[in-house]
Amino acid sequence: MTDTPTGGDVRLTGISKTYGSFTAVHPLDLTVPEGSFFALLGASGCGKTTTLRMIAGLEEPTTGTVLLGDRDVTDLPPHKRPVNTVFQSYALFPHLDVHENIAFGLRRRGVRSVRRQVDEMLELVQLGDKARHRPHQLSGGQQQRVAVARALINHPRVLLLDEPLGALDLKLRRRMQLELKRIQTEVGITFVHVTHDQEEAMTMADTVAVMNAGRVEQMGAPAELYDNPRTTFVANFLGTSNLIEAEVVEVGADVVATAGGGTLRLPADRCPAPVRAGGRLLVGIRPEKITLAHADDADAIPSGRNRTAGRIADTSFIGVSTQYAVDGPAGTGLQVYEQNIERDPRLVPGAEVVLHWNPAHTFGLDAAQDVEAGAPTVEGAA
Amino acid sequence: MPNWIRRNLVVLAGLLTLVYLTLPNVVVLVFSFNRPDGRFNYTWRRFSADAWKDPCGVPDLCGALALSLQLAAWATLGATVLGTMIAFALVRYRFRARGAVNALIFLPMSMPEVVMAASLLTLFLNMGAELGFWTVLIAHVMFCLSFVVVAVKARVTAMDPRLEEAARDLYAGPVQTFLRVTLPIAAPGIAAGALLAFALSFDDFVITNFNAGSAVTFPMFVWGSAQRGTPVQINVVGTAMFAVAVLAVVAGQLLTARRKRAEEHH
Repeated sequence: MTDTPTGGDVRLTGISKTYGSFTAVHPLDLTVPEGSFFALLGASGCGKTTTLRMIAGLEEPTTGTVLLGDRDVTDLPPHKRPVNTVFQSYALFPHLDVHENIAFGLRRRGVRSVRRQVDEMLELVQLGDKARHRPHQLSGGQQQRVAVARALINHPRVLLLDEPLGALDLKLRRRMQLELKRIQTEVGITFVHVTHDQEEAMTMADTVAVMNAGRVEQMGAPAELYDNPRTTFVANFLGTSNLIEAEVVEVGADVVATAGGGTLRLPADRCPAPVRAGGRLLVGIRPEKITLAHADDADAIPSGRNRTAGRIADTSFIGVSTQYAVDGPAGTGLQVYEQNIERDPRLVPGAEVVLHWNPAHTFGLDAAQDVEAGAPTVEGAA
Repeated sequence: MPNWIRRNLVVLAGLLTLVYLTLPNVVVLVFSFNRPDGRFNYTWRRFSADAWKDPCGVPDLCGALALSLQLAAWATLGATVLGTMIAFALVRYRFRARGAVNALIFLPMSMPEVVMAASLLTLFLNMGAELGFWTVLIAHVMFCLSFVVVAVKARVTAMDPRLEEAARDLYAGPVQTFLRVTLPIAAPGIAAGALLAFALSFDDFVITNFNAGSAVTFPMFVWGSAQRGTPVQINVVGTAMFAVAVLAVVAGQLLTARRKRAEEHH
């Protein structure tokens, strides 16, 4: 991160929040660079909203400091911070029309003529004809845009978004994601976005911080997080991962490990340090990186690829792809996504198959962790 | 014929209920134009607008009416301010006696009024208080309070606490937040509570009669004169109060309708 003094950096140092004996946020350090689109991603109750509210001033941190640029705002009340929030469920003022909702912040700071600025904002969020409507007369997507306009008109140093798309249906959510991204590029303000939707975080943000149980598990660009998860939580929460328990037999430029009687290789720099021969390791591979071959064609698989045998337990046709669950000696329920380009009619439940993939796509994780961490559960899927 | 009845049964039932509700008011209105023989305005003789031309023609009537209006205004103000504060405290804050206060608020509503009236008199006499305007006002604020609390509490409970956070986030300090967001949103509840308080206070006879000393409110005046004869002016005042209330409701509805239309046009 940059060390130059800038106006819109958000720096949290040693910030934490405890309620009685419950720790919502463990002491954490976080720097959000000016002008970036930053996402705090995690399941509900992981501390991401509390972190956001501490930046807004709506929650007082138990320890630590909040810096905006070089200014310590830890002790400032919310109405004195150059930060604005788009609330979950929007919190539009029901007794004011759209125009007055958007003008609210300007009026409180004593700006006399708000007309031109409000009109510009309405233009930006494409609601020019709705200025005199009351919030309850608008659709969910329109209310969401009013909430964004109401915050942005104040030109905050940082815009905080608390699950802003959570109440919208899937299609509208996708559209609003692009819309928010467009607005952020246009105004260049730092956005800090809290969400539990990993796809949303990856589509919109430059940098994603994955939070779990009040701690930041990992932080980085979406592709970096997806390709190189450092914990099982990140591997499972961001997309789907196959995690195979293996025993390390050799450590060189490549790490060689055995699982279910087969041999798997992976680059040593994609393993957590330290790895030693005889130790245990979780070998990870994303479902779309795997190619599925019928057992009869096993000889045609090029050498040098990781491979493991199994039997198809289940298939589901998604449209663009088909998802297979494969049981084998290396693990049960291994996930494989195949593009529906040339479908092999022999790949049906019960068929003997070989899974093979490029060793370079393989990542290693510390075997001391919970393999299931972050994986969707039936009731916790949302 | 049975078909016609089946189709219009709901309308008929509604109309009959409406008649049931308004018939007493119609009687009050009609008899305000009566010229009775003798002192009692109980049988229709002939049409006359005399009472309307001289509503204060009966000694002490307008004095009693003024006292009642004054009492109702002050009782409404007191009960609304205190009740609103209690309602906010009960909804927003967690304090030790919250459960007890929540239950005690309903006590004046559930206590038989005549018992309450007698007990209040005992209390005032033991304290050596001089019965009159102030004792009645204190009593009225007390029994109006619970109704205001109930009305405001319903509104405040339904209010999204994020609205106030949003206001604070948008540069409104604590006072501005209260004046610009909290109060306007709670206003319908407060207004409902205030109207209820006014009506209850203006109407009250039992508690007032016990604690008024030599003061005479309008309900007390009506009761007193009913012993000796009922002047037509009582009906005039009743009709006028009814008309003011109806006008207020109609005006409110017209205003709402116009605002709705204006919003739809935009």
